[in-house]
Amino acid sequence: MRLTCTVNGTTRQVDDVWEGESLLYVLRERMGLPGSKNACEQGECGSCTVYLDDVPVCACLVAAGQAEGREIGTVEGLAPPGELHPVQEAFLEAGAVQCGFCTPGLLVATDDLVSRSLAEGRTPTDPEIREALAGNLCRCTGYEKILDAVRLAADRMAGDARQPGGTR
Amino acid sequence: MSAPTRTPAGAPSAVGGPGGRIGDDARRPDGVLKVRGEFAYGSDLWMDDMLWGVTLRSPHPYARIRSIDVGPALAVPGVHAVLTSDDVPGEKVYGLELADQPVLAFDVVRYQGEPVALVAADHPDTARRAAARIVVDYDVWEPVTDARVALGHPTWNQVHDSPAEVTELSRESADLHPHGNLVRHLKVRRGAPAPTADVVVVGEYEVGMQDQAFLGPESGLAVPGEDGGVDLYVATQWLHVDQRQICAALALPPERVRLTLAGVGGAFGGREDLSMHVHACLLALHTGKPVKMSYNREESFFGHVHRHPATMRYEHGATRDGDLVYVKAEIYFDGGAYASSTPAVVGNGGTMGIGPYVVPNVHVDCYGAYTNNPPCGAMRGFGSVQTAFAYEAQMDALAAELGMDPVELRCRNAMEQGSTTPTGQVVDSPAPVVELLRRLEAMPMPPAVPTGDDVDLRDMPGGVSNTTHGEGVRRGVGYAVAYKNVAFSEGFDDYSTARVRLEVVGGEAVATVHTAAAEVGQGLVTVEQQIARTELGVEQVVVHPKDTAVGSAGSTSASRQTYVTGGAVKAACEAVRGQVLELAQRGVGRPVADLRLDGGKVVSDVEGIALPLADVLGEEVVEETVEWRHRPTESIDPETGQGFAHVQYAFSAHRAVVDVDVELGLVKVVEMACTQDVGKAINPQAVIGQIQGGTAQGLGLAVMEEILVRDGRVQNPSFTDYLIPTVLDMPPMRVEILEYADPHAPYGLRGVGEAPNISSGPAVLAAIRQATGLPLTRVPVRPEHVTGT
Ligand code: FES
Ligand code: FES
Repeated sequence: MRLTCTVNGTTRQVDDVWEGESLLYVLRERMGLPGSKNACEQGECGSCTVYLDDVPVCACLVAAGQAEGREIGTVEGLAPPGELHPVQEAFLEAGAVQCGFCTPGLLVATDDLVSRSLAEGRTPTDPEIREALAGNLCRCTGYEKILDAVRLAADRMAGDARQPGGTR
Repeated sequence: MSAPTRTPAGAPSAVGGPGGRIGDDARRPDGVLKVRGEFAYGSDLWMDDMLWGVTLRSPHPYARIRSIDVGPALAVPGVHAVLTSDDVPGEKVYGLELADQPVLAFDVVRYQGEPVALVAADHPDTARRAAARIVVDYDVWEPVTDARVALGHPTWNQVHDSPAEVTELSRESADLHPHGNLVRHLKVRRGAPAPTADVVVVGEYEVGMQDQAFLGPESGLAVPGEDGGVDLYVATQWLHVDQRQICAALALPPERVRLTLAGVGGAFGGREDLSMHVHACLLALHTGKPVKMSYNREESFFGHVHRHPATMRYEHGATRDGDLVYVKAEIYFDGGAYASSTPAVVGNGGTMGIGPYVVPNVHVDCYGAYTNNPPCGAMRGFGSVQTAFAYEAQMDALAAELGMDPVELRCRNAMEQGSTTPTGQVVDSPAPVVELLRRLEAMPMPPAVPTGDDVDLRDMPGGVSNTTHGEGVRRGVGYAVAYKNVAFSEGFDDYSTARVRLEVVGGEAVATVHTAAAEVGQGLVTVEQQIARTELGVEQVVVHPKDTAVGSAGSTSASRQTYVTGGAVKAACEAVRGQVLELAQRGVGRPVADLRLDGGKVVSDVEGIALPLADVLGEEVVEETVEWRHRPTESIDPETGQGFAHVQYAFSAHRAVVDVDVELGLVKVVEMACTQDVGKAINPQAVIGQIQGGTAQGLGLAVMEEILVRDGRVQNPSFTDYLIPTVLDMPPMRVEILEYADPHAPYGLRGVGEAPNISSGPAVLAAIRQATGLPLTRVPVRPEHVTGT
């Protein structure tokens, strides 16, 4: 089948998509966007987290056909080329990246959490962060530095949001 | 043929930012690629005309192969090759220490999931469908599933110097391998043969099978070369030991089997053995096309070795005052179907199996056995994790028996610098066991168990499932301390190779560090840059891709790379520096006192000289390759276990605070605290990251992680059924790092990665025991162990 959707703001069309291929497979193997990771294909690890019309989903659980006409956002689209999103910057600064396999999914989940909180005019609390990231497994870090990174990103983005011309 | 379109990462673009010397929180050179999703892991590699390889695995734990018919698979359109053991041109078996594992099964399969055949096709689903059409006719045998039964040791408390007649097994299953079912028996004999003591405690313990559960699956891309050889891009832990085994299987010389490290999504020991390496090469050489293989999660559970399950019996004798008089231990490791690194795991389990304590009389028997369970081998903590659960439980039991405080008892018997280990080795660098424990005790405690109306369910065992508001919840606090060898032991020639180049690029002096040391997430690439910046006084340090074009770096395991490859990089930098200082003096035209490299200059404070490095170097390219070894260790005496077996020890201690809902058996770990001596923190942020990550894996084994194996079959090969800690399971952690230099090690550093993985689980167990008053001798603890249902 033919699939048309918008990925990171660009309209993409791919042909010969098989019945049964997931959105994750199409992104990784047919669109040349391997940033979203495959660590379970069962919705258990969150490594494949992408935005589907602004809602974070496990791309491994989305059938390719379900993405028809929708807007997809992946880790590759978080920041313009050559720049880093504040969440990306915070993960690096806090030392939240070891092997990095969990990182793309965590970045999308964190961006979603922080944006939603900021839209309510606040930063997320620790229990909220833990709840929001409970679907993203990380085997390397023990999560402490990931929590540091999320807090750091939230504070930075809150600061930026108060300044004209800030991010988001 | 050309390199993959999507190339392995850690690429030459891995240039670090400013700063970042020894002792700094330097940033990872691969970090930006990783947060952008541009870092190429093994599973991301890609070439236009590549095929996908898949593996057909045995459904049976033990069976004879009568026949294999690949015809129906070959007939599937899109299939390019179907291979079996007959297509392996070289050695048909491989292994890290003993070559006993078939590349592809022939005659007999010895575990469920053993590779039997390979398929290459133009779509992964085509390959999978074709593999399902291969017809294998099996004569199914009854599996041997218990290590002690396999060795004919049905009872405890015997010295089994040789495997007894195996009477309980059927004839065809009696011996899984021609040399019998015993992989290794290690004996430690020290002091009196039959000591007695005022107070004796005996305990039997069991540790389940843990999985490394790295997130990035086994994967790689094999590209056939024009010379009849092959280039393999693969996520692995030790390129050169892979190369050695692949060469043997393919019957090719090393120059025609070239390996490059692909991005590695975690390892933790699970990538020490080969997985898809030979398979992808065979398919690529057979089809003449690049072949990618990437396991899914279920296959990954079958595709790598696990942590050995263990059964252990310990007897501790002490004086009434609490001085340890003797320890006797019998330790059984179930190695599963093939040897993997079982001999070395037995070495660790046996030599360090009583913990960091001084004991005059020690009698240890440690066995590794073949069974038809999944093969077990390396996992972080390597033979020391299992025993720590036992010896630390024993220390608590002994303290209770003596009416002593458990920390007091540990401190009273703690190893220190100058102590002699059970293997007769004098500890010749700091061993601050007492200080680690005392510092833990001094740390503040988390708030008491929440009660009353303002209980936040998220703080309760069971969380928002709303199972309790604090009724039936008991708080427990537990301590544990552990030690482990760093680097390879028992006389192994343990070395690393580093090539360092210094040259002027774009007007600036740039260093390039080339080693084959696998970066698996731990941050060795950062450490390599930090060392080069420190030793050469330059800002720009390029980390060359990791490959077999340079000599072996040894394995990324045993907490050894910062020590050994770090040592090699330091030595190579020193050699380069020597040459540069020569050049400088030639330029000046005379010997200059007190010359050093700093801030991109050749400096002598004494003589007031500061020459830009770029000017000194000019067109010169200074390059040095150094093979560096730590001081040698010795093999141990086979009858007594005595010898200088280990080059360095790492020490860590944990305090765990838990809340247990004793009615439902649910455990919430409230806080973990860790103290560890790291000698010198080369990168403090990364060191703390290792401690936090290691703590999490220990906690996972304590309360949730186990591969359930029934009759040789894995029951839970998925992340739905094999649970690892999530962010909700991990409590806040307190970490204190001590830096007592080891005078024998580069910069005084100590290997970091494994020790915290060893002491964390036993501390959690101790805390749960304190909360519940139950003995809890099996790990992981499940709710039914607490409720007794
Ligand atoms: S790969 Fe999608 S959740 Fe794990
Ligand atoms: S950094 Fe390795 S899984 Fe999270």
